Amino acid sequence: MSEKVFMQGNMAMAESAIRAGCKLFFGYPITPSSEVAEYFARVMFSRPEEGITFIQAETEVAAFNMIAGAVAAGHRAMTATSGPGYSLGQEAMSFMSCADLPAVVLDIMRPGPGDGDIMAGQSDYYQLTRGGGHGDYRNLILAPYTVEEGCQLMQEAFVLAEKYHNPVVVASDGNLAKLRESVELPGRLEVPDPETQYNVLSGFDPAVREKHVFLTGMNGVAEVIMINERLQKKFRAIAENEVRYERYQCEDADIVLVAYGSLARVCISAMKQAREEGIKVGMIRPITLWPYPEQAFADLNGKKFLCCELSAGQMIDDVKLAVENKHDVYLFSRWGSILPSPKEVLADIRKLNEVK
Amino acid sequence: MKTIYERPRVFTDAITTYCGGCGHGIVNKLIAELIDEMGLQRNGIIVWPIGCSCLADKFFDMDQIMALHGRAPATATGIKRAEPDKFVLVYQGDGDMVSEGMAEIMHAAIRGEKFSVIFINNAIYGMTGGQVAPTTLMGQKATTAPMGREAVNSGYPINMAETLATLQGVCYAERVTVTSPQNVMKTKKAIKKAFDLQLAGKGMTFVEVLSPCPTNWGMQPKKALEWIDDVMVQQYPLGVFKDEEGEGA
Repeated sequence: MSEKVFMQGNMAMAESAIRAGCKLFFGYPITPSSEVAEYFARVMFSRPEEGITFIQAETEVAAFNMIAGAVAAGHRAMTATSGPGYSLGQEAMSFMSCADLPAVVLDIMRPGPGDGDIMAGQSDYYQLTRGGGHGDYRNLILAPYTVEEGCQLMQEAFVLAEKYHNPVVVASDGNLAKLRESVELPGRLEVPDPETQYNVLSGFDPAVREKHVFLTGMNGVAEVIMINERLQKKFRAIAENEVRYERYQCEDADIVLVAYGSLARVCISAMKQAREEGIKVGMIRPITLWPYPEQAFADLNGKKFLCCELSAGQMIDDVKLAVENKHDVYLFSRWGSILPSPKEVLADIRKLNEVK
Repeated sequence: MKTIYERPRVFTDAITTYCGGCGHGIVNKLIAELIDEMGLQRNGIIVWPIGCSCLADKFFDMDQIMALHGRAPATATGIKRAEPDKFVLVYQGDGDMVSEGMAEIMHAAIRGEKFSVIFINNAIYGMTGGQVAPTTLMGQKATTAPMGREAVNSGYPINMAETLATLQGVCYAERVTVTSPQNVMKTKKAIKKAFDLQLAGKGMTFVEVLSPCPTNWGMQPKKALEWIDDVMVQQYPLGVFKDEEGEGA
């Protein structure tokens, strides 16, 4: 039951989450994410049949921990936030990854650090993919480049979170959040009965099952080893099964752009313009930021890589790891707030084309 | 032979990890007795804090979650909002609730979250080894207040039961202690009332328990009980500060 609509990114992704069966939203207002919270708050009243619960939390700290409780009780739940708010949620991201809690977070990236700006940026790459929280944990990070892809990934996030018992973050940015474009809204997902969810807290009946406990405390070396080995197995499974990316015209390319999110759209235009000038340009667009699509680089020996980011260069670390430092990796860096034009990327492509 | 007393059925066989003379064990046992008597095991969820009670999940045959430090009321909010018909119990100590998690408890109370909160006030950090807490008495010695608590460094004690009683979202707030058999029975009665009101969907119910910590107070257990009765109650008077049971709130 998909349908074509003209809709703002934040609202379309909120609607997609509702159609994925997300029943609870806990959030704290922060630009450029607030329309997601407002959408849930409106639907709670305008469409009572959806059974939505919306709580405006006192802090992101609380919002993330509320999700932990709701998903522990077997329900689909999410929050939406932006860089500074995600920083506050990191404690809970570490906790939920360790506790096998299938939380879903929509992070609308903006420029930082500190209080930062409220427009678009990609400055959360490190804290999303490395984890700003404590301990050895990983979260699956999905980065759409259109509103429509954002809607699909928003829905898949709930399924993947439950499949791997781990938090999933959809990493959007201020451009995709505020952009209104034509989008095929996804249909409704089947929602598992809360009682059937993994380790669900529903009350313990000794005649029916074992007791369910969500525990992240580790008491001594045996538990430290046991819990961490279990977690690493989970992360390996995600890394083996869930890598996603797109490649464009890489085979004959001399220069390969690497870009994700809204900036990838600019880079696709720049790639086309460069080709019209006779410069052989290709592109890799990571969709999963973790696990990073290293496979996409495997057969691209002898090419120059131009990593394009709305930050000082964070993903470039992963590009260098992917090419094992064997190839030249260059950086196109803008701070965000304003999306650069394809011409600006093209100018760098031309310069790079002169490098021998 | 008639059984007149037995170990609560919801307790596991695990051996306590609390120190000798600690009040946590008494309150844990009262909770276990009430879970048995009220039939809450099959419909109940306990949210534990970080602190001395962070191993308490081992004692209970219940569905449980160990929250992050201070965040138990937020985690419980998620559970109770997702499953409003379930019985949800939040258990916190003073470091967890009043220091690390002051925002979470206050806002859960402001929202009138319909779960029960049991607050163990022993005026000190237990698990980390006796540091000053927001509830430490003026002049009381702690490892991070070696000369005794002074206002210039640590400010003044806060009375949580009275503070929460001022909030509309809280329907019941009482302070009790466990220094004598009579007081233990009063504590059980207070906790039962908190549970009953939650099941009736009234609002947040809050029971503060003045609880001995002989280890970190540097006292013999008996002296610790006397110190509560003689000294601690002067700062933290026992009593009911709010009871809206009769008002149909």
